Amino acid sequence: MMYPKEFRYTKTHEWAKVEGDLVRVGITNYAQEHLGDIVFVELPEVGREVKQGEAFGVVESVKAVSDCYAPVSGEVVEINEALADKPETLNQDPHGEGWMVVIRMSDPAELNNLMDVAAYEKHCEEEAH
Amino acid sequence: MEELKKTPLYGNHLKYGGRIIDFAGWALPVQFRSIIEEHHQVRRAAGLFDVSDMGELDIRGPQALDLIQYALTNDMSTLAVNQVRYSPMCNHRGGVVDDLLVYRLGEDHYFLVINAANIEKDYNWIRDLAGRFPGAKVENVSDRVAELALQGPNSEAILGKLAKTDLSAIRYYWCQQSVDVGGVRCMVSRTGYTGEDGFEIFCSPEDAPGLWDTLLEVGDELGLWPCGLGCRDTLRFEAAMPLYGQEMDDDTTPLEAGLGKYVKFDKGDFVGREPLLEEKRTGLRKKLVGLEMVGRGIARTGYPVLKDGEKVGYVTTGSYAPTLDRNLALAFVPPGLSEVDTAVQVEIRGRGVDARVVKTPFYRRREQ
Repeated sequence: MMYPKEFRYTKTHEWAKVEGDLVRVGITNYAQEHLGDIVFVELPEVGREVKQGEAFGVVESVKAVSDCYAPVSGEVVEINEALADKPETLNQDPHGEGWMVVIRMSDPAELNNLMDVAAYEKHCEEEAH
Repeated sequence: MEELKKTPLYGNHLKYGGRIIDFAGWALPVQFRSIIEEHHQVRRAAGLFDVSDMGELDIRGPQALDLIQYALTNDMSTLAVNQVRYSPMCNHRGGVVDDLLVYRLGEDHYFLVINAANIEKDYNWIRDLAGRFPGAKVENVSDRVAELALQGPNSEAILGKLAKTDLSAIRYYWCQQSVDVGGVRCMVSRTGYTGEDGFEIFCSPEDAPGLWDTLLEVGDELGLWPCGLGCRDTLRFEAAMPLYGQEMDDDTTPLEAGLGKYVKFDKGDFVGREPLLEEKRTGLRKKLVGLEMVGRGIARTGYPVLKDGEKVGYVTTGSYAPTLDRNLALAFVPPGLSEVDTAVQVEIRGRGVDARVVKTPFYRRREQ
């Protein structure tokens, strides 16, 4: 399937890629397909503390406004500034160039609350029905 | 969930891969490819829309004109046979019951195209008013009429491949009845809701699926795509065409909604005339304006408009405008803030984002 094996996933369709004590975060292909043409992305400021499950940003398509939720707690240490001018990157490459933020984890045990790729694919199938 | 109503073209939408949504109780496609691509395709080539959810009322009889003159704010007494005219329809307070198109089909025969969500409301309203005009017969023929909208600069060339008539003879806001379109008997009008040249094609529900397929087949080489409700909304929004329920409603008058030129006070009595005259005398409470976002963010329906931190108005429609590549909105503001270039803010997720009043329509096609 198209969902990277090494990522972890939320029920709200964010992905988390663990890079040491950092977690790169974006929205999944399922999310971008459902939203349609993405025309605006709002990201937090670097340095903001987020809690697992807390909204950290907003993605807007032509028709919809959608919150994005932090897969883990921690400090936002980097944001993808390029999305301000090219929000469509989220449609084109959601799992790569379309990453949104990098969070320095405060509690790596929280990763256990996230789904692996098999569970996530099942979750998408269920939601589609 | 309540069973959604389906247009005669529902099967076609599935076949062409439309993403179906619930649109005011109707199962209709929001998009086939992407809303933005479909939007651009209509501006540069052509798009085909299913608007069969729209309602139609047939009004006939020696008092048909008297009834519509009384029910509507615009003047239909000067309408020629086969001419089409837009009008608001008001309640006794001057609020808008609906906005609609009137087709004059014969000496004493008029055909009203009304909004899908208002079919029952309009029918009941006009039937009530018809009590004063026994020589007018009102019939709701919505279930017997399918409607396709072919919109975009290539529309005439595409329809011309099928229609056994000279389409160039149908001028803007005129129609022709009984046109043979690829073997299907249709009424064709040069109208639409996208800001582009185009046609609205009325036929029987049984003929609609075949006509849809044939049009897409012959239109393919001229760039005709099936299009959904999503781009229909962004297209009409760029052209600043009002949408019932957003730019107007039962508590908003046509004068407030910027539709004053469709209110003819000198034509005689009509429903809403007195309150509208009174509003003209005392001044508008609110006025519809265009806004351009200066700061980062997209204004959406219902978002507050602020001046000096105070809520002074609200957004009726806001969107990214694909042709113009700007974030724009239509909004009600106090008349004192309606001048072009007035600085206001739109409250987006609790923050005031800078915006300014701009001229409408946002988009106007180049004259041919």
